[in-house]
Amino acid sequence: MDLLANLSLGFSIALSPYTLGLAVLGCFLGTIIGALPGLGPSNGVAILIPLVFSFGLEAVPALVLLTSVYYGAMYGGRISSILLNIPGDEPALMTTLDGYPMAKAGRAGEALVLSGFASFIGGLLATIGLMLLAPLLAQVAYQFGPAQYFALYLLAFSTLGGLGGKNQAKAALASCIGLGIAMIGLDNTTGMERFTFDNLHLADGVDFLVAIVGLFAISEVFIFIESHGKASAVGVTLEKVVIPWRQIWDTKWVALRSSVVGFFAGILPGAGASLGSFMTYMMEKSIAGPKGGFGTGVPKGVVAPEAGNNAAAGGALVPMLTLGVPGSGTTAVLLAVLITLNITPGPTLFTNSPEVVWGLIAALLIANFVLLFMNVPLVKIFVKILQVPPSILMPGVTMISFVGIYSLTGSYFDLVMMVGFGVLGYVLRKLDIPTVPIILGILLGNAMEDALRRAMVLSNGDWTYLFNDWIASGLIVAAVVGFVAPLILRNYIKTPEAVPDSMDAASTGIVPDTKD
Amino acid sequence: MGTGDRIFGVFAIVVAGIYIYTATTIRISFLSDPVGSKTFPIIIGVVAILCGLVMLIRPDADTDWPSGRKLLSLFVAGLALLAFAYMLKPFGFVGPCFIVASLLSYQISPRPVFAIVTGAGLAIGLYILFHYGLGLTNVKLLPAAWGR
Repeated sequence: MDLLANLSLGFSIALSPYTLGLAVLGCFLGTIIGALPGLGPSNGVAILIPLVFSFGLEAVPALVLLTSVYYGAMYGGRISSILLNIPGDEPALMTTLDGYPMAKAGRAGEALVLSGFASFIGGLLATIGLMLLAPLLAQVAYQFGPAQYFALYLLAFSTLGGLGGKNQAKAALASCIGLGIAMIGLDNTTGMERFTFDNLHLADGVDFLVAIVGLFAISEVFIFIESHGKASAVGVTLEKVVIPWRQIWDTKWVALRSSVVGFFAGILPGAGASLGSFMTYMMEKSIAGPKGGFGTGVPKGVVAPEAGNNAAAGGALVPMLTLGVPGSGTTAVLLAVLITLNITPGPTLFTNSPEVVWGLIAALLIANFVLLFMNVPLVKIFVKILQVPPSILMPGVTMISFVGIYSLTGSYFDLVMMVGFGVLGYVLRKLDIPTVPIILGILLGNAMEDALRRAMVLSNGDWTYLFNDWIASGLIVAAVVGFVAPLILRNYIKTPEAVPDSMDAASTGIVPDTKD
Repeated sequence: MGTGDRIFGVFAIVVAGIYIYTATTIRISFLSDPVGSKTFPIIIGVVAILCGLVMLIRPDADTDWPSGRKLLSLFVAGLALLAFAYMLKPFGFVGPCFIVASLLSYQISPRPVFAIVTGAGLAIGLYILFHYGLGLTNVKLLPAAWGR
């Protein structure tokens, strides 16, 4: 069996004490990053990149550390959703809908344990799915030429608006901003400067990491300054944590269904984990019907989105590894790291460096068990960390971002640009324009243009070449459907709004209390 | 209703227009391909203009924009971060970190003593982390005059 041989290769790499240590460290940091409001997974991974380089990590350990952080953040996001009614990251938004009402009813511990288990099931099944599906997709990807890649990039951008988003035009505009920024610098084909305005600093193009740290981390500081850190004041107390075996058993089908749906939602390039949690929540809500009581604090409403978003997190790794097209903001950051480490994702990755792929998969399997242990018996530690006030946290994150970027590029110009991206990110977030498409645009823009131009060279400028086979045409049709369908469906599916928080919750408990 | 979206829509259209104009002035090299250097940026610009038009015609409901003192403090924070970017090289990390981190902390939660303690703690703590923990050598942590 190929699979077993590959897995044993993977485990032989992942089980070295050093790699294992990095996985545990990554899980721990990731859970913290996920739990702290305002520090999402993409953000967290981006800030940790300088760490990876300063440790001088090789490709496999670096990837293990950062993907553990990624998985960890997906687990951690639920903690502040449930206790504070603030999603720790975007995919955890759906968890607030039933998690917070449960916590208000004094069932915070139960909600945390249930969602922890659901995350575990989602994450584990998705990792197994990744293991089975990625090699198959890599085989298909061998047949991809420039026309197919161009169609794939198009699909990634057109599905970004997605069902969870509110405004397709805004998502598309964000993609354009990113793609437009990607054009700055030298033209890959001709070597001539574009949009540099004769500025030497711009000739190399805009560094992707500068943009991501600015858009995510620095803009967060402005948001916190505007709200005076009020966002973290409300909370409910965490009573004794017991494991509700019965509830876990009762929700097993929900968890399994949601894992499968979430995984496939994650595979869609561009859609990512937010779509996974959104779709699974809506699916379970309609299965349960009006009697299911979704939105009032039912266990199923916590299990579904958590299994869904963790499964989607695993699913999003599939297109990233096999095609080099990330399925979410965080996988975009991971892709950037891979490229920086001189590893080119794509079908050849599976044949040329199987140790990277299988080492990563084995590490993810291990990480899931580590995370289950951290997030169920040890959840109280992370609840304590939530009490760090934003007035310490945010300045700290800012300082780490500056030093991190500066240590990578050594240029004050990049720091200035990072602040610029921070301001841009703040304005865009106020306008409800998503920032993830910008990141994907900057990262994929040149590859997308190259694919188009190479396709046209092959066909001597004949545009119909973009539809030359069923894969390319199918992907383009999927892209159009992916863009148009939400416009129509949105009239039928209402995005649930987060539970409005009344002041009574604020007065009962200021910060989550941990009694032993 | 939707003033923010409208303004940004117009802004996007203007920027995209300038972008397209700039794209038409890109110098072409003798190496040419059927698509060329200009087409893709122009397509992006056109799509952006369409999106800007949609935002102009069908804006979403407005959010609350900061005003008065809040706007001022956001402005100050932005300036402080810019200043930090320029200060990092000549003055090293510790001093500017203390000043900027204290300022940011004060702006998030207006407690002066707490903010100063936070700034000092972060400056010292992160110095230890970066210097001893991570061994960063390409970021100067102390002013050049101090011999580091």
